[in-house]
Amino acid sequence: MEELFDDLSRFIAETILKNPSRKIDPTEAIISSGLLDSFHLVDLANYIEARFGVIIEDTELNRQTFDNLEQLGKIITERMRGK
Amino acid sequence: MTTIPEILRRIASEDPQKIAVVFQQRSKPDQVITYQTLYRNALRYGKILKEHDIHPDEVVIIVLQHSVDLIYAFFGAMFAGAIPSIMPFLTEKLSPEHYRKSLRSLFEVIQPVAVITYKDFEAEIQQATQNSSVRKILIVENLPTVDFEISVLPGFGRPSNSIVLLQHSSGTTGLQKGVALSHQAVMKQLTAYQKAIHLNATDVIVSWLPLYHDMGLIAGFLMPILLRVPLVLMSPFDWVRSPVLLLRAIHQYQGTLTWLPNFAYNFCAQKIRSSDLEGIDLSSLRAVINCSEPMMQSSHEMFLQRFLPYGLRANALATCYAMAENVFAVSQDGIEKPVTLDWIDRKGLLVNKIAQPRPKGNDSICMVSAGKPLENTQVRILNEKGEVLPERVVGEIALKSDCMLSEYYKRPDLTHAAFLDGWYLTGDLGYIANGEIYITGRKKDLIIVGGKNIYPQDIERIVAEVPGVYPGRVVAFGIFNEEMGTEEVVVVAETEEQDTHRKLEIADQICFQVNRSSDIVLRKAILVERGWLLKTSSGKIARSANREKYLQEFQIVDRLEVSTE
Repeated sequence: MEELFDDLSRFIAETILKNPSRKIDPTEAIISSGLLDSFHLVDLANYIEARFGVIIEDTELNRQTFDNLEQLGKIITERMRGK
Repeated sequence: MTTIPEILRRIASEDPQKIAVVFQQRSKPDQVITYQTLYRNALRYGKILKEHDIHPDEVVIIVLQHSVDLIYAFFGAMFAGAIPSIMPFLTEKLSPEHYRKSLRSLFEVIQPVAVITYKDFEAEIQQATQNSSVRKILIVENLPTVDFEISVLPGFGRPSNSIVLLQHSSGTTGLQKGVALSHQAVMKQLTAYQKAIHLNATDVIVSWLPLYHDMGLIAGFLMPILLRVPLVLMSPFDWVRSPVLLLRAIHQYQGTLTWLPNFAYNFCAQKIRSSDLEGIDLSSLRAVINCSEPMMQSSHEMFLQRFLPYGLRANALATCYAMAENVFAVSQDGIEKPVTLDWIDRKGLLVNKIAQPRPKGNDSICMVSAGKPLENTQVRILNEKGEVLPERVVGEIALKSDCMLSEYYKRPDLTHAAFLDGWYLTGDLGYIANGEIYITGRKKDLIIVGGKNIYPQDIERIVAEVPGVYPGRVVAFGIFNEEMGTEEVVVVAETEEQDTHRKLEIADQICFQVNRSSDIVLRKAILVERGWLLKTSSGKIARSANREKYLQEFQIVDRLEVSTE
């Protein structure tokens, strides 16, 4: 799980925030805090699909479905297992 | 001249089963709204408002997500003779306290009498409307059904110069400026714009744009409905999470026209997966109209290259210059012709403020034409003394038309300041060449992010409250981001803090506060030592000078900017 969090944190920091030194804590809010703008939710979904072969539907790109890396990581691992 | 309620009544009686709107929502079947359905449901809202003692010329604020109720409530308010104004809905990132605060500052100026919203939102609105002019909060879920006997509502038979709606841009500053438009101004704009885009009975308009913005409200909503052109409407919330939805709708309904802000060209080209595009045919599109923020040829090329294999026609790319103060469009290009490109000398533009033609190359930049003015609109370029400038000289764009705003609502001071001898001063800088308008920059310190107007002073006010930021030593400005196709906000703030870790925390906190309290997402908060920021002779922080300093110091090459000093 730690690896998954690091991977997602790195992607967000480097590609979305353009700030590679930034670490995103697994419990840090990423949608409700505005850290990820709605325009970048698509990037996150596209990355997860390419990297882990898991689809996050556009209707799931909201804070009710996930608002931190812990919740997102859980969805990814569950779906990877389910394949 | 007639009014909007009368036009809808006429269409509903002449052509009741004609489709007005196809409303798309994720995970739900498309909802088809005929003119009869639209008319009846608007009548229902009109009756309810009348029964709640909402009188003609009183303002009704609508706080609803993209939905059929939003459509019905908007026209219903007009049917009651009231003045509707659509406000953005609270977004996921925005703090409720901030949202309330901005509503309250709006209420102080606009003095609305009613708010229409959802049950879930009632408590929020109640808090915001305490001790305000609002007499009634109407909850859509609780509204009664009414019988559709034709009744006389005060919105019919109104003078055509009465105010029909208010449009606001965002932020504390933007909310102070409600653009008040009359029935006659809206209809005159539509008549002129219809000709400019050759709108006809075979057109189908597809839009994902928000209705609280002029492009979405006029081009992507009122125009098709009032001119009997079918409209396929989807929510911006859905589109931003799945931009392919727009292309699917164009394919499914053979859409012919759509309006996009420049960033959306990049967004669609970059973010839509190829697997989602399988089988999509865009050959029905006759114009994709770029409007509401600086238009970039690179964005057009990126979009065309990506969607050419899906049937997009090269001559479908079009441009438009528009503003709420002229209802919508000022000029239009690219209809049944390619958009004119003007290669000009870079230095001549920056230094001499003259748009000298120069062949494509390193020393030239490509200007995208916004086309010729609509037949009812005259455009002039003025120097600082208000004198008319010749072609190819850069100055402030001024306009005159028969569809201008009636006023900035309840702000005679702002209305007065916006005009010079009957000409509206746009605050945009540009030039005219061969009768076509080119926009080069802005006179006002306004940042346009994804088509949204952001006032830097609003951002600066938020940043000033972050602990660790030296009081009053903050500046916000926009830098064009080539990849995103739009401006990005940069904040530079002074601090006395020396510790690197602590400085990172302050920068993080600045981003967090701006994200929670404004319509933008801030990524670049730069902390500098005391004394870094340049001031004007009058002691104010100089935005453009600090912007220059930032670009030089951080070695960023600016693509195109005309100094306004």
